[in-house]
Amino acid sequence: MGTDTGAVVVDVAGFDALLALLARERRVLGPVLADGVIGIGEIAGVADLPAGWTDEQAPGRYRAVRRDDDALFGYAVGQRSWRTEVNPSRLPLLQIRRRRAGEGDRDGARHQEVLPADPRAGVEPTAWVGVRGCDLAALAVSDRVLLGGEHPDPHYAERRRDVFVVAVDCTSPASTCFCPSMGTGPAAAGAGHPGPTPDLHVHEVCTTDRHELVCRPGTDAGRALLAAVAAEARPATAADETTAAEAIAEAARRIDEHRHLDAEGLAGRLEAALEHPRWDDVAERCLSCANCTLVCPTCFCSTVETTTDLAGTETTRTRVADSCFTLDHSYLHGGSVHASTRSRYRQWLTHKLDTWWDQFGTSGCTGCGRCTTWCPVGIDLVEEATAIAGPTAVAAHPEGGPS
Amino acid sequence: MAIAEPTVAPLVPQLLEVRAHRRETADTATLTLAPTGPTALGDAAPRPGQFAMLAAFGAGEVPISYSAMAGHGGAVEHTVRSVGAATAALAAARPGDLVASRGPFGTGWDLDAATGRDVVVVAGGIGLAPLRGVVDAVLADRDRYGSVNVLVGARTPDDLCFAEHLRGWSARGDVEVAITVDRLGDPASRWPGAIGVVTGLLDGACFDPDAATAFVCGPEVMMRATVRALGVQGVDVADVQVSVERSMTCGVGHCGHCQLGPVLVCREGPVLPAARVLPLLEVRER
Ligand SMILES: Cc1cc2nc3c(=O)[nH]c(=O)nc-3n(C[C@H](O)[C@H](O)[C@H](O)COP(=O)(O)OP(=O)(O)OC[C@H]3O[C@@H](n4cnc5c(N)ncnc54)[C@H](O)[C@@H]3O)c2cc1C
Ligand code: SF4
Ligand code: SF4
Ligand code: FES
Repeated sequence: MGTDTGAVVVDVAGFDALLALLARERRVLGPVLADGVIGIGEIAGVADLPAGWTDEQAPGRYRAVRRDDDALFGYAVGQRSWRTEVNPSRLPLLQIRRRRAGEGDRDGARHQEVLPADPRAGVEPTAWVGVRGCDLAALAVSDRVLLGGEHPDPHYAERRRDVFVVAVDCTSPASTCFCPSMGTGPAAAGAGHPGPTPDLHVHEVCTTDRHELVCRPGTDAGRALLAAVAAEARPATAADETTAAEAIAEAARRIDEHRHLDAEGLAGRLEAALEHPRWDDVAERCLSCANCTLVCPTCFCSTVETTTDLAGTETTRTRVADSCFTLDHSYLHGGSVHASTRSRYRQWLTHKLDTWWDQFGTSGCTGCGRCTTWCPVGIDLVEEATAIAGPTAVAAHPEGGPS
Repeated sequence: MAIAEPTVAPLVPQLLEVRAHRRETADTATLTLAPTGPTALGDAAPRPGQFAMLAAFGAGEVPISYSAMAGHGGAVEHTVRSVGAATAALAAARPGDLVASRGPFGTGWDLDAATGRDVVVVAGGIGLAPLRGVVDAVLADRDRYGSVNVLVGARTPDDLCFAEHLRGWSARGDVEVAITVDRLGDPASRWPGAIGVVTGLLDGACFDPDAATAFVCGPEVMMRATVRALGVQGVDVADVQVSVERSMTCGVGHCGHCQLGPVLVCREGPVLPAARVLPLLEVRER
């Protein structure tokens, strides 16, 4: 008995054929194991995926380790997110050229031209394979930030436009994950998920007697790709979907039991705790290194570098990723607004969980856990936010105590 | 998701020619800038309170308010105080030079809110630059408003910008101009005006606190003190607008630098209701 969603089931060879078809038309990016971390790189097929690997993550700790099976997607997210694909860390914006310049030459100053960088330059059709629910939610957040305002960012728009997304459910989450708290996972898509609909929504089943991938199409492009591998696929059954749903529910339960952020009313509770003594406490541990903002899939801050060639005829503006942990970020003539580490950590945490709502109508945090894993001193976002804002129950009952 | 075709326009400056350079003080100059070609963002004329991202060739880009709106041939004015590399390069531009400009960006002063009411303009230092357009607009349509008070504070007599304009407004007789300096600076200077902070001028100003709209720009401490002093006079904080300064590298909501808590100043400001901003400015290092 098939389902009417167009979902099919392929084995590993079938999935490999699917990736090969994608790679004919697009640059395909997916998870790859490099330098001891499962990151993002070009892939041609299943052989390039970190099959049989997983990760052990904890605050300030990451290890890629072997699994006892050959799962293709049996790990959580690594250091790199998809953010840099759509919002590169270095992006040329434009050049201004002048005809000539010399000592006291004011004529050169009069003949200038502005040469804007073409937002399409170097952009090619791309496929992202293995996008997790948290990262798909992050894409929706970035869309709001960079496309949702009065002046959409043309560079982001071009990089974002033609991406084929193969989203994959998470069934091997890390200890730092808290996607159920944020409503972004572990399912990569589906009803109620805040992310854009992926072209394909994949669920991997890897047990002792079965290794298959349930592939549900979300777009016409997804349906076309599945049609092209029909010979190697069988229709998904209700039983396949039940197996998937059970695995998701089990993963969600495991994550939420281990790490839960009380997101309800969190923005207001943080806003009421801007002078909480815990900010001083965390500031003593925080190195202001900016790692959290660099690994965060939704952080978007940038600055502009202006450089001029030696002849003084050409000046170039380059957009460069920035972080609110730098002093320059809030620099005004006379000093930085966020001079202390306390105020910079507070800017970061309140922006993610509180003021992002005011600015963009959504949370700035998806619960991916990267900031916590990649913090060199293991500062834990969930722990800090909970200590500072308190759980909802405490706000409701000032006497405190567990809910 | 269907993504529309955004234009590069907000990111690409227009080259404007410096038509005139007027020295205001030792460190401040007003540039008259005129377009050399079609404007990137169309023909949107700036409104008082809006700003442009300006850069002299080879120097960094910085937010600078329009100090006079599109006049003859679409020329605008910017008044720049040289405090660092980018502003020094701008203040050094001379007639014939080109300056790269993106804008206008941000909100302007809400002049409609002052229709039929007394107008109180309070400026500290270079804060008069974004307010000059308010005075010009009010005086161009003088009958629309009640009494008009322009209260200006400068560090020393030598730091006073727009001296000529202040004299001109004063000479009209239908606007009260009061000026104060923090200190004399040069002890030999013959300063006939007041000495003390700008809030002191409020006591001598004649307006109906129940029917006044105030426009305030200056250093943060000055704005906080002014809003408080206006409150003491009986002006409702809801009738006060302020223009706030934050670090800005894009001006269009992309770079994240201009955050003041929940406010992205380049997008929601720089002119904001005092009731919205004051509580944010009261939090240290926000
Ligand atoms: C809305 C608004 C309107 C304004 N209107 C006016 C006005 O009308 N007239 C006026 O005079 N001023 C105005 N200002 C203030 C003006 O923008 C600042 O004085 C100006 O940015 C100072 O730039 P600077 O490079 O000359 O000075 P600096 O103090 O040297 O540098 C300031 C800026 O440069 C950046 N910066 C500093 N060092 C570095 C570095 N090493 N690498 C990269 N970036 C660096 C900082 O991040 C900062 O943004 C306004 C500001 C705002 C926000
Ligand atoms: S704040 Fe931390 S957990 Fe939240 S999205 Fe960013 S990196 Fe992930
Ligand atoms: S202000 Fe900080 S937390 Fe917010 S987007 Fe920028 S770098 Fe990230
Ligand atoms: S100046 Fe860049 S976001 Fe406001």
